[in-house]
Parts: sequence; C-alpha cells; structure tokens
Amino acid sequence: MLDARPTTSGTAKPTKALVQVRDLKMYFPIHTGLLRRHTGDVKAVDGITFDINEGETLGLVGESGCGKSTVGRALLRLYEPTAGSVVIGGVDVASLDAEALRKTRPQMQMVFQDPQASLNPRMSLADIIGEPLTEHTDWDSARKLARIYELMDAVGLNRRFANRFPHEFSGGQRQRIGIARALALKPRFIVCDEPIAALDVSIQAQVVNLLEDLQEEFGLTYLFISHDLSMVRHIADRVAVMYLGRIAELSSRDDLYARPLHPYAEALLSAVPEPDPNLSRSKERIILQGDVPSPANPPKGCNFCTRCPRVMPICREVKPDLAEVEPGRMVACHLYTEINPNVAGRTGPAEVKEPTNKETVK
Amino acid sequence: MADGAAPVLDVRGLKTVFRTRGGEVHAVNSVSFHLDPGELLGVVGESGSGKSVTMMSLIGLLPSPPADVREGQVFLDGRDLLKISADELRDVRGAKIGFVFQDPMTSLNPVFTVGNQIMEPLVRHMGLTKKQARTRAAELLALVGIPDAEKRLDAYPHQFSGGMRQRVMIAIALACDPDVLIADEPTTALDVTIQAQILELVKGLRQKLGMAIVWITHDLGVIAGIADRVMVMYGGQVVEQAPVKELFANPRHPYTRALLKTIPSLTGERESRLQVIEGQPPILSGAPTACPFRARCAHAFDRCSAENPLRRAVDGKPVGRGHDVACHWDPEAAHA
Repeated sequence: MLDARPTTSGTAKPTKALVQVRDLKMYFPIHTGLLRRHTGDVKAVDGITFDINEGETLGLVGESGCGKSTVGRALLRLYEPTAGSVVIGGVDVASLDAEALRKTRPQMQMVFQDPQASLNPRMSLADIIGEPLTEHTDWDSARKLARIYELMDAVGLNRRFANRFPHEFSGGQRQRIGIARALALKPRFIVCDEPIAALDVSIQAQVVNLLEDLQEEFGLTYLFISHDLSMVRHIADRVAVMYLGRIAELSSRDDLYARPLHPYAEALLSAVPEPDPNLSRSKERIILQGDVPSPANPPKGCNFCTRCPRVMPICREVKPDLAEVEPGRMVACHLYTEINPNVAGRTGPAEVKEPTNKETVK
Repeated sequence: MADGAAPVLDVRGLKTVFRTRGGEVHAVNSVSFHLDPGELLGVVGESGSGKSVTMMSLIGLLPSPPADVREGQVFLDGRDLLKISADELRDVRGAKIGFVFQDPMTSLNPVFTVGNQIMEPLVRHMGLTKKQARTRAAELLALVGIPDAEKRLDAYPHQFSGGMRQRVMIAIALACDPDVLIADEPTTALDVTIQAQILELVKGLRQKLGMAIVWITHDLGVIAGIADRVMVMYGGQVVEQAPVKELFANPRHPYTRALLKTIPSLTGERESRLQVIEGQPPILSGAPTACPFRARCAHAFDRCSAENPLRRAVDGKPVGRGHDVACHWDPEAAHA
C-alpha cells in the first residue's frame, strides 16, 4: 500500500523534505535547594537532526525515557525547545511568535497515546472534533457539522454517534475520535505519539490500517513514535532509533531490520520476542546489562557506552556524531568512523578524510 | 510436561461473576486447566478476556462483593482452595502460590524497605527469626540478579528502576519456595531490553528451582519464547489449549488464527496491509448461551449463536492434555 503512493518511492529517491529538524535540544531544568537554584538539566533531547520527506512515515523508536515523545512535542512546539530549529513546510516553528505559531498550527497536528486522557469527558464527539474548526475557521455551524460528518466517515465512526460522549466508546473508537480531531484542519504533518500503545492487539491493527488509509487519501506525513518495533516495521518508511536523548541510528526500514548497524539498535531488535516458538528459542539474543542511565547525568562520551557490548576506550571519551556510514544510513557510533589513534579526539563521517579536519567533539 | 504426573494445580469448571448495577457480568465461565510440576503454562488473551480474574479467583484475591466465585474446584495439594477458610487461604498465598503483578510500582509498598517486604512472608509463613529472614532475603535478592544485595535490602522501592522492582517482586513471590508462581503480565510495563533480562532470569530460575509457572500475557511473542503449553482465552472462556509449538504451527480456533495474523512480524515477509479482527470484544453480561467470538468470526454459522461450544480434543488426547478447541467450526471439513 505504501509503495502505491506516488509521492514517495522509499529512500531510493529522496523527495522534498517537509520537516527539517536541526540540532534540536530540549532540556528541562532541575531546581534544587531552598532557593530553587538551577543546578542542572534533564537532557531529554540532546541535539538531534533529521528530515521527514513529504508523504513519508518516519518511525521513531526507543525505550521509555529516551526522549522520543519529547521530540514529538517539541516539534509541534508543545514545549519550548532549548535550542535548534524545526522547519515545517518552510517555516521555522521553533522561533515563531505566539500569533504566527497559532496560524501555522492547522498544518501540524498530533494524535496522543491515551485516548482516554486526551478527550474531554464533558464534550460530545461532535464538539471534540469540531473544536479545531471553531478555533481556526469562521465557518457557520452547518458547514462545521458537514465537515464533522465527513471526518467521522473518514475514520469509520457512525454519524449517529455525533452527540455521544467519550466514555461511551471503546479504546479503539476513542483513538478514532482523536484521529478525526487531528484531521479536522487538513494538516500536512501529524505526530502520532504511541497511538496504539494503549490498545489491544486485535484493535491495534484496525487503527494502524486506518492511519495508512488516511495517509494515502490525504497525502499525510507522519512521525510515528512507538516502542513497538514490529509495528514500526510495518508502518514506517524510515526509522530513527533513539537512545538517551540522541539518535543512535537512522536508516531505511528494510536496511535497519535486515542489518542494524548501531550496537544499541542491534540489541533492541534482538530483544523483541518473536511470535514463533522455533525461531524465538533458537535466536541468539543480546541481553543488555543494567538500566538506561539518567538523562540528567548522561555518561561521558557515547551515551550508550555503559551498556554497549562492543564498547572501546574511545567511546568513554568522545561523543560520536551521527554520520552517513552507508548510502542512506546514518549511525552515531565509533565502530563505523575512521579513528586516527594519534588524534584520539577526531571523529567525523567516514567520507571526510582531509587531514585538515582537526575538529574535536565537545 | 510428563503425562500421568499428578498436577500441582488443578482447576475445574471455575465460574466467576461480578454483580454490578447493570446486571451480572460473567467474567470467567467454566474455566478448567491444570498445571504439571515444573511446567510453564502461558495464558493469552486481550483485556477483558478473563485471564487475570481467573487467577485471582483461585486464591481469593477478588473483593466480594462485587465478585462471586460461583462454581468450580481448585485443587492444590489435594485441598480445594474454594472450600477452605480465609486463614488457611492466607497461608496458601505466599507459601504455596507466589504472585507477581503487572505493575511493580503499585504492588510494592513505598514506605517500607525492600528488605522488609521480602522478610515479611518469611517471618509470617516460614516462621523464621528476623535475622534468619534477613539472610534469606539477601540470598533471594542475589538470586534474582540484584547486585550488592545485602546493602540493597535497606533501599526503598523508589530507589529501584522498573526492571529492578520487578526483580524484587519476583524475589518476594519466591520467598517461601512456592510450588506455583502466577505471573500476571509481569513484563508488560517494562521496556523490551529489560523484558529480555526478566525473561532470561525466569528461564534460569525455572532450571534452578523447578517450580510450575502460570504466565499471563497478551504478547504472543513472549509466550512463544517461554511457555511449554498455551491456553488462549476469549470472552471469559478457554477457546483453545495446546502445547506451544502445536498452537503456533496449527492454530484451530478462528480467534487464535486471526490473532496470530494481526501481529506484524519482525523478520518475515512484510505484509502490505495488516489483517484485522473486525469489531470489538464482547460485553459479558448475562450467562453465555452462544460462542463469545461469533460476532467477529469469519466462520460463524447458525449453531454458533444457538449453542456455546464446549472444548473438544482435536488430536485424540483427553481435553487439557493435548490440543483442544472450543469451536463448532471444523477447518478440515471446510477445506474439503
């Protein structure tokens, strides 16, 4: 189905980037003591860079606390980013003033994880889906209602339900309401923040198929945030693997799942239980030791060095940059960068070999 | 899994009903299963399928009212757990049956140290002195892979990460060396890499301690990796039961078949579109008179709404001992 879409042809021919994120940082300050002094930061997102092409689905995966949801929220400026730029459709969302931001909101929307918590229990379904229209258009109520019905048809909700309240619906139906609300203003870009995590397995497939149909119908671009690696394999064109606020690997779906390059991506994929008793018992698993370090106090050097099975001395000293190690594959790992042992601090993309490049990474 | 060995746990015809203002909800309907010594039985089902309520009914953990364990027998050690007094049942919980819950944060008491909580069942059920209990608690923490166990006994639950807390919960459940461990979605709240750690731990503990385990989950991947035998539940009933390889290779119930198809694979062919099970899980009001899956079933016919199917063997072995399914539809007949 994805292949049938005219706007993208996988990663072979990169099309126009709709979303360009450059060195995005999102720090949450820590205040301690009687005077609530600023004593540190939780570096939830610590300098990430990626593009999302028009009509594409970028999967963003990682474990809880890695900053994937924060990326989604900072992209739509539900948080004020600490640094970096987020260009969506040619506009730098990260630096807009409040009024200009409000005007750009219709083109970027969000589907939240918990359909129970993200729908106002006192509003009827028509009010919920119609609220963005009230906020951003001057349509009369007849026109609004027509649009609400149109949206309900698009997401597969019966029109008779328009005056019902969220508690009367099941989880999957509530998620459809959330999706209809996100579509109300005809956005180009939707951040789906764990849209299926709260749903039962048999309902997840319904919602994922709906998201794919809508993408085809309306030419939507998705950032699909999830911890479910097999579902991401199904829906995404390219996948970014995050660890502790940074991107470890950004590759096309097929490349990543066939042969993950970053040791964390490899371990993460090997940890997913396969629904096949023969396979899952014979599979060699990489069991990572320990837990994810605190983002308030990330380790020096590569942030994965405390758990990496292939850690080298340089990893504890120098932070690896995200660099293209193969066509279309970005990896932040010293295993794939050429290291001159004399200049221990020097890193860079594999192609960059000029000796003049003495730049050391902070 | 040896046939003929007396099961450690034998549940027959368990029926649990919740009395609500809207009428009776039949959450567990004639569920029968057994657990052989050293065996790991996987219980799969969606939320509301009755898998947790079944296990909680066994050991009297459901508040009554609204819950009413109406029928059935639960044999452990030759005694029927549904007939014994509350005091006796309390001795069974903890000493004979260990329980690990889904959410390790809410199931540990935040105001007591971890050591305190592991020692409690040791003092209560095994009659150890405080000092003995502390030594044993440190052993248990080391057993579940918590480094520096002796020192960590004095830490509070909030000082542990999610995966570590689940290890503590397992240590508590194992404290009195139970015959049966019931684990209710123990890894659902954890990340995959931490889940992989816990699954490894449980595999190791099984080899070391040899207890029988009931593992409740909605994740077929987890089941494929650890279970010996699988029981699939839907709408408060057991719809299919088989050894794990048999179930995945040769699923018989339309629900099991559909469920296996809705999960996208990590390694296999990538489908352009996911298979879906249309519709919603049933609302279990009133005593069931028809197959609970009929409204979503691709193979449903007249008999399915007239009569609730009983479990029948598909491989000639007695029901519960081989592969059985509760379905009127016969895939072989349909193919012919």
